[in-house]
Amino acid sequence: MSFFLEVLIGGLLAGIMYSLVALGFVLIYKASGVFNFAQGAMVFFAALTFVGAQEKLGLPIWAAFPFSLALMILLGVLTEKVVLRPLVNQPPISLFMVTIGLTFFVEGLAQLFWGTKVYPLELGIPDEPIVTTFENWGISLAGVPIVLQEINSFDLIAAFVAGILVAILAIFFQITRVGRALRAVADDHQAALSVGIPLKTIWAIVWSVAGFVALIAGLMWGARNGVQFALTFVALKALPVLILGGFDSVLGAIVGGLIIGALEKLAEVYIGPFFGGGIEIWFAYVAALLFLLIRPEGLFGDKQIDRV
Amino acid sequence: MQQDGPKGNVLLDINNIEVIYDHVILVLRGISLQLREGSIVALLGANGAGKTTTLKAVSNLLQSERGEVTKGYIAYKGDRIERLTPSALVKRGVVQVMEGRHCFPHLTVEENLLTGAYTRKVSGRVLKADLEKVYTYFPRLKDRRRSQAGYTSGGEQQMVAIGRALMAMPTMILLDEPSMGLAPQLVEEIFEIVKTLNQREKVSFLLAEQNTNVALGYSDYGYILENGRIVMDGSSAVLANNSDVKEFYLGLSTTGRKSYRDGKHYRRRKRWLA
Repeated sequence: MSFFLEVLIGGLLAGIMYSLVALGFVLIYKASGVFNFAQGAMVFFAALTFVGAQEKLGLPIWAAFPFSLALMILLGVLTEKVVLRPLVNQPPISLFMVTIGLTFFVEGLAQLFWGTKVYPLELGIPDEPIVTTFENWGISLAGVPIVLQEINSFDLIAAFVAGILVAILAIFFQITRVGRALRAVADDHQAALSVGIPLKTIWAIVWSVAGFVALIAGLMWGARNGVQFALTFVALKALPVLILGGFDSVLGAIVGGLIIGALEKLAEVYIGPFFGGGIEIWFAYVAALLFLLIRPEGLFGDKQIDRV
Repeated sequence: MQQDGPKGNVLLDINNIEVIYDHVILVLRGISLQLREGSIVALLGANGAGKTTTLKAVSNLLQSERGEVTKGYIAYKGDRIERLTPSALVKRGVVQVMEGRHCFPHLTVEENLLTGAYTRKVSGRVLKADLEKVYTYFPRLKDRRRSQAGYTSGGEQQMVAIGRALMAMPTMILLDEPSMGLAPQLVEEIFEIVKTLNQREKVSFLLAEQNTNVALGYSDYGYILENGRIVMDGSSAVLANNSDVKEFYLGLSTTGRKSYRDGKHYRRRKRWLA
């Protein structure tokens, strides 16, 4: 039993890392109804800028963060000005296509600035297993103490960061005036314009916030796997999370990430042996595919409202 | 031009504007009209006559549809406004309620209303008071304040759209086809509210309608558009009694029923080309 729990918790914590990436997608989808294909590239760009600023410009770590953030915001504002502005009121598919183009551009830009080397990223977060028996908390299962050995301090901190990020975003979207305007823009560009919501400002804000989220995700993933081109592919990992949680729900991104993370690990351990192992890599996609059949809008996604 | 309309300062002055979409499609061919403060002015005409485009030229929603005012000018309170963004216009008190309601379906009714106040940076207390005021005009919305707007009825959505515009504290509302797709009883209800808002809140309305009968009943002055031109204008009472208007737009005729063929012939010969 405690082995099961260990796998489960390990999976949940790994899932949080997916959630971090998925959040960026959700933000842009909520505010423009567009799947931002470039989110993975933005994660890569952010992480590479962070280490590049330290390696090449010699910035200390505390200065590298605001520097990267500023660059991400600049990228967001420029994206609005150059890429999105001519596409106001165009069908979502055009906007989607333009984000594919943006992906290649951002990837290239990042490597142009900072080179193609693989960098390690050191955040000073301890990355070591925490052995807990929970005994001192008085938690046990049917008298048997639970021993968790594979829980990692880094994962715990990642989970904590994700939690804070989600809380901030949820408050921002649900309560603030700008958050409400963001949701309004996602629903209907024209109507938003007609009530005086400045679409351009709103989009610049959204892309900047998405840049911020990409930076956080980039730092966490970079610290985990090193900063390399493969970072852009974490975006693909976020896909099943989005399908499960819903493309337009911040909460969905988190819960989806947790479920996908846990499913992957459990499947690897309990189903994997029948397939000769290694199913962790594709199991999430299969799960997402099956889920699409049952609930295409995701667990927490907005239902398409059609009046007949 | 407008001799028998209501008195008051000219709030909106559209002077001989031409609107072209996508640099090629000429939609308005020289429209001039005036709206006096505190009045309801109706724009009438068939599909494609240019009513919506005229409203969008004023609110500058044209911009996002690749349309542009290429000739003439639009003045609001004496200032030229053709180059202002929709957001700047809302700040000045010009709000458009678009054809087909355009509520935000996933936002609740109350959130929809609140988005209308986006351009006014006011405290929560003021917003609450304004919400209550909107609810006094549309009591039905208060009952449904927590439901997603997408799930409300067509009439309620029209109310949400008008209420949302009210939250911007407008001087002038550009109201596009409020009667579209609504039951006759609801149409009356909506127009009654428009009239009340006009009298109590002193909001002026520029109203585009196909329902000529109702529109002339509730407006002070009317313009009739055809093919991007104004072919006739006059106070609503006069227009409602004009024999051509009766025949073409109200389906009434003084000479009794004519065969379809005669009607067409008559119409062809007597076009109101300016």
